[in-house]
Amino acid sequence: MWFKAPESCNCIEPQLPADELLVKYQYISDFFIALAYFSIPLELIYFVKKSAVFPYRWVLVQFGAFIVLCGATHLINLWTFTIHTRTVAMVMTAAKVLTAVVSCITALMLVHIIPDLLSVKTRELFLKNKAAELDREMGLIRTQEETGRHVRMLTHEIRSTLDRHTILKTTLIELGRTLALEECALWMPTRTGLELQLAYTLRQQNPVGYTVPIHLPVINQVFSSNRAVKISPNCPVARLRPHTGKYMPGEVVAVRVPLLNLSNFQIYDWPEVSTRSYALMVLMLPSDSARQWHVHELELVEVVADQVAVALSHAAILEESMRARNMLMEQNVALDLARREAETAIHARNDFLAVMNHEMRTPMHAIIALSSLLQETELTAEQRLMVETILKSSNLLATLINDVLDLSQLEDGSLQLETTTFSLHAVFREVLSLIKPVASVKKLSLTLHLASDLPAYAVGDDKRLMQTILNVVGNAVKFSKEGSISISAVVAKPDSFKDARIPEFHPVPSDSHFYLRVQVKDSGSGINPQDIPKLFTKFAQSQAVTTKGPAGSGLGLAICRRFVNLMEGHIWIESEGIGKGCTVTFIVRLGIPDRSNESKLAFAPKVLGNHVTTNFGGLKVLVMDDNGVNRSVTKGLLLHLGCDVTTAGSSEECLRIISPEHRMVFMDVCTGLDGYELAIRIQEKFKKRQDRPLIVALTGNTNKVTKENCMRVGMDGLILKPVSVDKMRGVLSELLEHRVLFEAI
Amino acid sequence: MDVGQMQRQWLDYTRSLFIEGFLDNQFLQLQQLQDENNPEFVVEVVSLFFEDSERILKDLTFALDQQGVDFKKVDAHVHQLKGSSSSVGAQRVKNACIAFRNFCEEQNVEACLRCLQQVKQEYCLVKNKLETLFRLEQQIVAAGGSIPMMELSF
Repeated sequence: MWFKAPESCNCIEPQLPADELLVKYQYISDFFIALAYFSIPLELIYFVKKSAVFPYRWVLVQFGAFIVLCGATHLINLWTFTIHTRTVAMVMTAAKVLTAVVSCITALMLVHIIPDLLSVKTRELFLKNKAAELDREMGLIRTQEETGRHVRMLTHEIRSTLDRHTILKTTLIELGRTLALEECALWMPTRTGLELQLAYTLRQQNPVGYTVPIHLPVINQVFSSNRAVKISPNCPVARLRPHTGKYMPGEVVAVRVPLLNLSNFQIYDWPEVSTRSYALMVLMLPSDSARQWHVHELELVEVVADQVAVALSHAAILEESMRARNMLMEQNVALDLARREAETAIHARNDFLAVMNHEMRTPMHAIIALSSLLQETELTAEQRLMVETILKSSNLLATLINDVLDLSQLEDGSLQLETTTFSLHAVFREVLSLIKPVASVKKLSLTLHLASDLPAYAVGDDKRLMQTILNVVGNAVKFSKEGSISISAVVAKPDSFKDARIPEFHPVPSDSHFYLRVQVKDSGSGINPQDIPKLFTKFAQSQAVTTKGPAGSGLGLAICRRFVNLMEGHIWIESEGIGKGCTVTFIVRLGIPDRSNESKLAFAPKVLGNHVTTNFGGLKVLVMDDNGVNRSVTKGLLLHLGCDVTTAGSSEECLRIISPEHRMVFMDVCTGLDGYELAIRIQEKFKKRQDRPLIVALTGNTNKVTKENCMRVGMDGLILKPVSVDKMRGVLSELLEHRVLFEAI
Repeated sequence: MDVGQMQRQWLDYTRSLFIEGFLDNQFLQLQQLQDENNPEFVVEVVSLFFEDSERILKDLTFALDQQGVDFKKVDAHVHQLKGSSSSVGAQRVKNACIAFRNFCEEQNVEACLRCLQQVKQEYCLVKNKLETLFRLEQQIVAAGGSIPMMELSF
């Protein structure tokens, strides 16, 4: 085209006919180019329309224009092969100009556009990568969730039972299912702790006790970490079944399962690591599967192992508490039974005692009373002897019954000491006067030594104290054939307590109490030191007692000890041996009476204290005795007891003085018939019995005639002289209470 | 002599009286009756006893001196004496009286006279002893001491 001659003429000279073929080809090519150039934009438009996202639409328009114009140019070129008019040339030119413009613009535009387009591409790549990454992550999350689901499911299965066996079995089954294992096994430590024994397996039904020593390196490796550890399939714990696969056994993983004991848990503390024992769980993937243990699977296994441990410990705790509860229930039942039995026994014993108390004493009293009465009737010597023996035996029996009943009461703990203020001296004197006859019969000398610092009065149970002293002294007398018996009473000093002989005795010193120490020494038959502990035992008699003296029930010392213990004291015996005598010592705690009581009595110039009883406060009595001395003595006696005494020296005087105010008349009947006569006259004087004073005879005569006479004339009482203070006191009390008292003659 | 020594002397003396049988338990009873209401009881009663006994002994001597001895009367006197002596605890006197009464029953004058002698003797003895005792007590009290407690031994 460029080799045409343009300006000379408006006609365009055609080519030489030799180039016709070339021209033809050009013609065709141009046609096709034009076609292509027209169809490309159409295609572009079509597809862009189809696509939703395409930036730079106007670029397309530009591009389209450029292409269309290029096509137009080439199309118009078709007419220029032959002679063509000027119009065609003009159009051609116009087209070309336009095309040039558009192409330049486009070219310029592309400088901006192409980088943009390229960046779009890179972004696209980036996004694709991102998408791939997200995809991967999602895959991970999904697997994790799945793992979690599996764990929850497993845990649920495992924790749905509290039975150990079921827990373990379920674990294996579920794990096997979840992870598609070939084999799963649990090794438990044996009792000795030195071996692991195959306890459960998944596939094998009853594992015969394979054992494996616990200190294998592979096992130590597993136990030392709480992760699941891959182990070799050839190690002993993994070699459970004969190798079935052709190529490779599946990978094996082992994990420890802590076995928690109740004792591992301290309060506020987590279990100590050191005292743990572990079981071993071994999991085998199927052989020949080329599967590998994935991390999430290992994590699953670890979590399961922990859960199993917890479940097992719960099961263990529950077992323990069930066992404890059962034991407690059994114990409860047993205790209940024992208690019922004990109660029955106590009831039975109480009933027995109640019966004994009454039923035994009643006949006893009857026997004793009737025998004494019998004694007073006319009897032959032989009969008298028999009656005396009956009396003696029944008295003994009565004592025995009393002793037994006393002791039961003591043992019961139902005995309570009475507390009164009493004279210590009086107690000892009483004991002496009771023992003196027996001692003098046996020609034993009896001495009493009361310390000068001993309080005159003490607070305590005087009856029981006396019983104790009497018992001890009585024993001393009983078991001595000759010699002497000495009784001493002192206030025990604190340093004497540190006696080695009384180790368990811890006296409590105080201002209002003192400790009385009484010691009775005898020179009698003595006791073998070995027998001493037995002495205080009930019913045991020393074998060494060869004397045929009065036999005791063997309870005396036991009772003494009870009393002494109740008085917060201690009693013990020492003896150097047979024939060397023995010493009984006891210490008891007594109270010191109030200062106020003491001051009243302190005026007495003599320390011999019988404290003045004012019980009989001003009791008006009349004493009739023609013997001045006797009269004075009786008067003094009654004054001492707090009575208001009038005296009469003769019957006439008595009748003169007597008045209804006098409650009692004591008359001496030693002197002939005067007394009886007087009694009758007194009774005549007072018509009504209530007004009349009680008439009591005092006599030194110990014959029955006197007594009969007294009773005959209607006297209210008879007392034998000599009368001691204590006796008179008793007499007055008795008379005031019962209005009659005839002393046994 | 200080109070302590006097007290010991009193104790020994009293003990000897008992051991020798001059006094018995009844005397102790009398001592018990002595209290702040009756501070001189023993002395009073014993003095009464002395008076009484002397009178009775005089009467007895007179009665036995008679030609025709009235044994009933004698017996009555002796009975009286026995009663008194036993009330104060003059043991030996009492025993002598008992023996006396037996002979009275037998109406044996000789024996009675002998008994009377015996009784008189015992009476004198016990009177002396008791007077000495009382003197000792007075001394102790005058010196500011108190009569000690007696140990009881038989």
